Amino acid sequence: MSKILQVKDLELSFHTFAGEVKAIRGVNFDLNKGETLAIVGESGSGKSVTTKSIMRLLPESSSEFKNGEIIFDGKDLTKLSEREMQKIRGKDISMIFQDPMTSLNPTMTIGKQIMEPILKHQKVSKDKARKVAIELLNMVGIPNAENRYKMYPHQFSGGQRQRIVIATALACNPQILIADEPTTALDVTIQAQILELMKDIQKKIDTSIIFITHDLGVVANVADRVAVMYGGMIVEIGTVDEIFYNPQHPYTWGLLSSMPSMDLNEEKLYAIPGTPPDLLNPPKGDAFALRSEYALKIDMEQPPPFFQVSDTHYAATWLLHPQAPQVEPPAGIIERMRTFPGSRYYEATGGRA
Amino acid sequence: MVKYIGKRIIYMFITMFLIATATFFLMQTLPGSPIASYSKLNDTQKAIVEKKYGIDKPKPVQYAIYMKNLAKGDLGTSFAFKGKSVNDLLASRMKPSFILGAQAMVFGTIVGILLGMIAALKQNTFWDYGSTFFAILGISIPSFVFATLLQYYVASQWHLLPVGLWNDGWKSSVLPSLALAMGPLALSARFIRTEMIEVMGSDYITLAKAKGANGFEIAFKHAFRNALIPLITVLGPVAAGLVTGSLVVEQIFAIPGIGEQFVSSIMVNDFATIMGTTLFFSAFLIVVIFIVDILYGVIDPRIRVAGGKA
Repeated sequence: MSKILQVKDLELSFHTFAGEVKAIRGVNFDLNKGETLAIVGESGSGKSVTTKSIMRLLPESSSEFKNGEIIFDGKDLTKLSEREMQKIRGKDISMIFQDPMTSLNPTMTIGKQIMEPILKHQKVSKDKARKVAIELLNMVGIPNAENRYKMYPHQFSGGQRQRIVIATALACNPQILIADEPTTALDVTIQAQILELMKDIQKKIDTSIIFITHDLGVVANVADRVAVMYGGMIVEIGTVDEIFYNPQHPYTWGLLSSMPSMDLNEEKLYAIPGTPPDLLNPPKGDAFALRSEYALKIDMEQPPPFFQVSDTHYAATWLLHPQAPQVEPPAGIIERMRTFPGSRYYEATGGRA
Repeated sequence: MVKYIGKRIIYMFITMFLIATATFFLMQTLPGSPIASYSKLNDTQKAIVEKKYGIDKPKPVQYAIYMKNLAKGDLGTSFAFKGKSVNDLLASRMKPSFILGAQAMVFGTIVGILLGMIAALKQNTFWDYGSTFFAILGISIPSFVFATLLQYYVASQWHLLPVGLWNDGWKSSVLPSLALAMGPLALSARFIRTEMIEVMGSDYITLAKAKGANGFEIAFKHAFRNALIPLITVLGPVAAGLVTGSLVVEQIFAIPGIGEQFVSSIMVNDFATIMGTTLFFSAFLIVVIFIVDILYGVIDPRIRVAGGKA
């Protein structure tokens, strides 16, 4: 598998009146060709900021790269000029936003909006661009595209608008598609359709997708790999099975436990106690320690490094240190781990049964 | 669309009818009469004049006659300007006012929009503060102060342009137009700045940027049109006011426009001219508002009227 994008030690701060907000504090991940990487985490964990910084869509006046690099196509995106970035945006890397009701220009026909990146990045005539736009609309499932491409966004439903945004993002066959919570603003039936559409399209044009969401149900549906973000850092990264069935970080345990499940008969849904860390004054040790019942003394003093669980699975928690005490994850998590070959509970139950 | 326009035109006539009725009866409550200034006449002569103009008849009859004439487009005869019809008076005075108003409007809005765009795109820089300062000056200082300043420096001290009157072609129109333009200029600059900042923060602008659009395309192709709507709303009435003449600025530059005539007709209680000018202003405003409503639809497809072609 070839790496199409590498994010290395990325650190980014916002300058506000209150001071410097360290929104991203050392993020590392690779994106492989053709895969879908989901980034999950609660609000304020830095998932959107990470992807917006890849596209360099954050306001230049208030945000600043402190460290690290974003390597795409042999170039470090953090060092490119605005003009060079304009050639990459919409052509090699494109983006889908959360709210389809506001992400289309209300005073421009959708045809024009889809044609815009085509005319911008490819040397084609208007007629050709129009044909491509209509093909794209057909591909994303807008019926009667020949007539409808002349219409304005308000004449489409929310789900259709998100399809149009997707068509726009795909106009130049991007190598990377960043989807920033593309289904959050849609109702559940439409969500499922949009997810199916994205999976179909990925097969057709072989693009890599970074999928940001806080909905773990969506992650299970679309992702190949998952990165869990907390407090401006990735705390656990692995394949979708590893994250769902052999999670190691207490925060991932919390996330999975707070997901409603058909098997559990508990009346009350679990919620992670406390609030996200204040990134104006980030905590010294593990950012999650104050909310974690599994926190060790060292968590308060030193941030944990990444410990390798398998070739593809890493987690940043002191619990994985050889000298750390053995702790029992929550019951629901143990339940999950029992089904995963290679987890410690899988072998234990196998032995007892 | 045709149905909508038809309906709007009917409403426009109803509005005009109501305005005419209201002004007519309000005029009657004014103290004095147009004849009062004819002090050299004795009572018999006054009676003859009153009979000639028809103001000896009972008020309802006068009203009926006035409305009948108005329906034919006849605004009556002036009392003060020796037997001239109000229609002719307005027609002869309209041109200077119209030229000044149109020039002020075009210059003011274009420069104002540019200033506002610069301020919004270079938010919190020297450019922004400069244009904001300029706009606040324009809003807070009345046009007659600009008028006198322009008159004093440009005309009287530096002798670049005429001080006043309407006898030197386009040169006569420059200073009064500039004085009148300050209002719409400042207004446009403020409105466009606020709207542009808001629009530039919206999702579709970020998406346009994510598609690879450059700064110019984002500002003009995507943001500008969306920022125009509130400006159009306020500019409509401002345009009507300017084009139908600014009372004060026309007085200062001694320009024979509608505004100047309006003031003098009020001075002498010239009923017919006051009525005629008021109705003319009203009609103009109503038409401008109608045009603005049509423009909304042209600019923003979401406001396109029901039954219209999408």
